[in-house]
Amino acid sequence: MGMPIAHGIAGGIGGIRTAGDLVARCEMTKMRLKDAKKYVANKLGIDVSCIADEFTMRKLREDLDICTITGVPNVARHLEAKSRIADILGIKIRSVDHLKLKMKV
Amino acid sequence: MEEYLTRLGDGKPIRQTKKQIYDDLNEGTKNMAEKAKVPELTSGDLEYIAEIIMAPTRIVSVKPGNEVVMTHDVGPLKIMADQSNSGVNVPCSREQAMSIYERIIASDSAELGHIDYSFKPVKPIVSQEQSVLQNVLQMTTLPIFYGAMPNLGLYYAPDGPFPEPIALIRNRKMEDAKAAMNGAAERFIEDILYMTTRLYAVGLDALNIDTTAAAGDPDFWAVLHGTEKLKKECPELCIEMGMSGEFILGFHGELKYNNVRLAGLWPHQQVKLAEKAGADIFGPVVNTKPGKSFAFNIARATTAVKECVKVSKIPIHVNMGMGVGGIPMFETPPIDAVTRANKTMIEVAGVDGV
Repeated sequence: MGMPIAHGIAGGIGGIRTAGDLVARCEMTKMRLKDAKKYVANKLGIDVSCIADEFTMRKLREDLDICTITGVPNVARHLEAKSRIADILGIKIRSVDHLKLKMKV
Repeated sequence: MEEYLTRLGDGKPIRQTKKQIYDDLNEGTKNMAEKAKVPELTSGDLEYIAEIIMAPTRIVSVKPGNEVVMTHDVGPLKIMADQSNSGVNVPCSREQAMSIYERIIASDSAELGHIDYSFKPVKPIVSQEQSVLQNVLQMTTLPIFYGAMPNLGLYYAPDGPFPEPIALIRNRKMEDAKAAMNGAAERFIEDILYMTTRLYAVGLDALNIDTTAAAGDPDFWAVLHGTEKLKKECPELCIEMGMSGEFILGFHGELKYNNVRLAGLWPHQQVKLAEKAGADIFGPVVNTKPGKSFAFNIARATTAVKECVKVSKIPIHVNMGMGVGGIPMFETPPIDAVTRANKTMIEVAGVDGV
């Protein structure tokens, strides 16, 4: 595991510590990196330079209720958070749609 | 003359002068440029890579703002499995391993996979995979990939229903060998469709087709056609096509996709076919030469990947595990080499992810 950790520290965005999961979701729709970062920054109302900044993203994720890396009680996490991420980014997330299907929403 | 600590391609520490580093960088980029018929790295690129290699610190990192998305192969097995999957044998479930990726490693995505990491062996137990995936999707926030290998070799005797083609080729039964390869490819397409449509039905975000073309051009042909069919069956599924080697081995020799012969293609040519098939992310591979220096290997790998990034319309997530992408061929790659390769691929080749 030392190698993936070294990669993440050297060049990773930082997952749910920052906005890494959000940029990843945009790249998954064929967006190139720069476009994906700009798209996420625009949707979150932040500068692109803040995408991987823990100071900005920690508070913003809590305010937007889209899961924080530390276990903050009552902040949305997992499927709850993904349903909010789908709305905020304007993208489809399969597991959220699956839940809606089960709820007949 | 000052010497800098660097590595051989097998991970062994060596010391090189600035001139030796520059000589190896030049040799590495020329080697790949000649083989793949792509432009050499510029003198500015080589100077920047030399600075990265000669940096006095043990680890290096990208400049703020240059961070990229991380995707992974092998998934939870790196945490809970044994050495055969480069795992560290932490006793935990696959669901727990996914949480470790999300909340401890802070990865941008995570991948679920089975211990027998190929589509064929997982097919009979797909309901188990669906169940674990459902659990994972309900207890994670980050995007979840499912990873497995085409591994066309499993469709040949003694493991599979088709005769082993290399033995047939040795006996000059070329037509029989081609028939075996075609049969294996068709059977794989059935399997990947069977597996993936079921995982998609429970909410899978993305599929990682890992080590594509490990069994040569029929393997690549099968993955391209499988991807094309999957994008029709599962239109919202992201497909990452990760390669196994730097060029396509021509076991069959005559297979084509979109009128392009598959044997002998290099990463910048492979990606255009991946795009055509509908892949959303492409993972090029460049093999590390264990007897050559890190400087040679990273220059060689960056030369191929830079051109791949340039011609691609989809995100490029370069493979940077043991023995590929400039990383030493060693089970626990030294982090000085890992971080230097990482920074080079991001800031010189311009990849969208690792």
